[in-house]
Amino acid sequence: MEKHLFLGDEAIAQAAIDAGLSGVYAYPGTPSTEITEFIQNSPVAKDRGIHCRWSTNEKTAMEAALGMSYAGKRALCCMKHVGLNVAADCFMNAAMSGVNGGMIIISADDPSMHSSQNEQDNRLYGNFAMIPMLEPSSQQEAYDMVYEGFELSERLGYPVLVRITTRMAHSRAGVVTREMKSQNKMNCPEDGRQRFILLPALARKRFKTLLAAQAVFTEASEKSEYNVYYDTPKKDKGIIATGIAFNYLSENYPDGFEYPVLKISQYPLPKKYIEKMADECKEILVLEEGYPVVEEQLKGFLGKGITIRGRLDGTLQRDGELTPDAVGKALGKEIHRYYAIPEVVEQRPPALCQGCGHRDMYEALNEVLAEYKDAKVFGDIGCYTLGALPPFRAIDTCIDMGASVTMAKGASDAGVFPAVAVIGDSTFTHSGMTGLLDCVNENSNVTIVISDNETTAMTGGQDSAGTGRLESICAGIGVDPAHIRVMIPLKKNYDEMKTIIREEIEYNGVSVLIPRRECIQTLTRKKKASKK
Amino acid sequence: MYTDINKKEKSKQKMKTDIILSGVGGQGILSIAAVIGEAALKDGLYMKQAEVHGMSQRGGDVQSNLRLSDQPIASDLIPQGQADLIISLEPMESLRYLPYLKKEGWLVTNSQPFINIPNYPDIEKVNVELGKLPNRVILDVEAIAKEVGSVRAANIVMLGAAAPFIGIDYNKIEDGIRHIFGRKGEEIVEMNLKALKAGYDVAQSRK
Repeated sequence: MEKHLFLGDEAIAQAAIDAGLSGVYAYPGTPSTEITEFIQNSPVAKDRGIHCRWSTNEKTAMEAALGMSYAGKRALCCMKHVGLNVAADCFMNAAMSGVNGGMIIISADDPSMHSSQNEQDNRLYGNFAMIPMLEPSSQQEAYDMVYEGFELSERLGYPVLVRITTRMAHSRAGVVTREMKSQNKMNCPEDGRQRFILLPALARKRFKTLLAAQAVFTEASEKSEYNVYYDTPKKDKGIIATGIAFNYLSENYPDGFEYPVLKISQYPLPKKYIEKMADECKEILVLEEGYPVVEEQLKGFLGKGITIRGRLDGTLQRDGELTPDAVGKALGKEIHRYYAIPEVVEQRPPALCQGCGHRDMYEALNEVLAEYKDAKVFGDIGCYTLGALPPFRAIDTCIDMGASVTMAKGASDAGVFPAVAVIGDSTFTHSGMTGLLDCVNENSNVTIVISDNETTAMTGGQDSAGTGRLESICAGIGVDPAHIRVMIPLKKNYDEMKTIIREEIEYNGVSVLIPRRECIQTLTRKKKASKK
Repeated sequence: MYTDINKKEKSKQKMKTDIILSGVGGQGILSIAAVIGEAALKDGLYMKQAEVHGMSQRGGDVQSNLRLSDQPIASDLIPQGQADLIISLEPMESLRYLPYLKKEGWLVTNSQPFINIPNYPDIEKVNVELGKLPNRVILDVEAIAKEVGSVRAANIVMLGAAAPFIGIDYNKIEDGIRHIFGRKGEEIVEMNLKALKAGYDVAQSRK
């Protein structure tokens, strides 16, 4: 029983180690990155031989985690919310096969889009796959849920989804840890072929099994100590608060709740509590971080006759992160603001670091593309997305990991010239390589810039899967080596860079340009470390 | 645990300080939070601290909500109008969080602007706004840090200037510094303690 000051992410990592984890599989993504980093830096994890190397993307991560679970060991798979889109194929089907060793999938959602391109609520994925789901309201709960979650997963025979949000991931609090368990021994399932070969005939049986398990999952939710009903004598309305929304509710009632409150942190929904609330209260207010997931479900299974309030009827804002003030307003509480933000305060958007190689890449690219009035630049996900902002204003799109390459291809198919893709080295190996093969197979007229800073920079400088091998990867995929051009993005090389860019735009086929210079952040860190 | 939140009695609460730390990504507001957190933990206090990671760290505006109390804390975020203290490494950034400040709350900020945007306002206009606040400490932390030894201790000068308003004994904050910087040797610890004291003295003279 030791107390530590942990980020939510760190609490999850420590809990997994303490629960006998054998491997974590992940691709970096804010706000989930610190889970895997914590395990990578843990001496205990090293002693125990816990696998913790970064995976190439979320799909490879989840499949590897499932493989470890198949072999009987406990596996953790972490990602940001949009990462689950990449891993969704494995995710949906792991719910069909079920697991052997305990398997926990962490989805770190980012409502308000602090560092993301959307704010999808992955509890919907949990419902979609019909697996049990946990949503902690405190760092301590995050620890306890993951610590116990592997057992839950093994007992039920299914993967467990733990959904956190930015505020949980990146907020620190005191966490009491528990005794460390030993790891599972390797033990492949005896009935493995009946479960893990999802041929239609077997899959149909598995789906019936999954459907039958729903009642068991609901019963587990109803017995869960994380779902709590706080009764009060006053029954004008009932309040359901899920995950971290429970904290904002509590903040507004420092002396105890005024109305009955159901705290939900384990799904599927604990029906018996909800029925009690619906029977006793005239109206139900639903507080949840993200989409109106519970609110919509309530409308479905309670039917008419009771008013449901929440994000759908405007009681709470439909988008964005909850705050204690937003919840207070929904409860009819008054907010006291004494000072306004003075008009003199300006926005301060993030920017590419001074000395960053992406800057030089964009400078040279912009100068060349000024010569082509119809040029379109398809961007991607990473630091270089900041090239969208002044002074560069260099990209036209940013949709999802790897989309630069394939959108450039599609636009080129439609007649756009020059069709340029800008992608980072880590994003390229994450999801750009398959798109490049499409380009090669049709000899598409695209110019692909892999802006290589030899790291996964936006998330803080994690290893990049293709470092040192980008040229051979591209050549292996079939790009003509004469059109794989490496350059060093520095001011003094602008003339040379511009000549190369111009030549490759004019080449009618697939070109790959690789401006390569180490990330200024990782370089500075290395220099500091070598001084010590 | 969550059940405590509903059971806690407000009358028992003797200590509660809600702090907003602000600055520009890369200035190091989290190092200030780390020392306060260490001191709070040693003091047996409850603490919650929400940080900003990811995209904003690339030179954008950053803030951290730090809540300390002798009773369990519910929300990771501070409600508007309830912060006891804003600690800012940048003057314009300190103003961005004014809606969170209590009427009688304190604002402690570095006076030197960090200009990485083309439309940074006239600093005189920023100073006029700062001047309107009843409780404020404005100091040039880099200059003071240079006087005591190293400009790298600027964040600790800032912490010292905020120390009278945090609600934790000064010697506990000193212990926090010893703990955090202990690995780097006695010389670094002493320099940071001096920086802390220099900031503290400025705040005491203006309080």
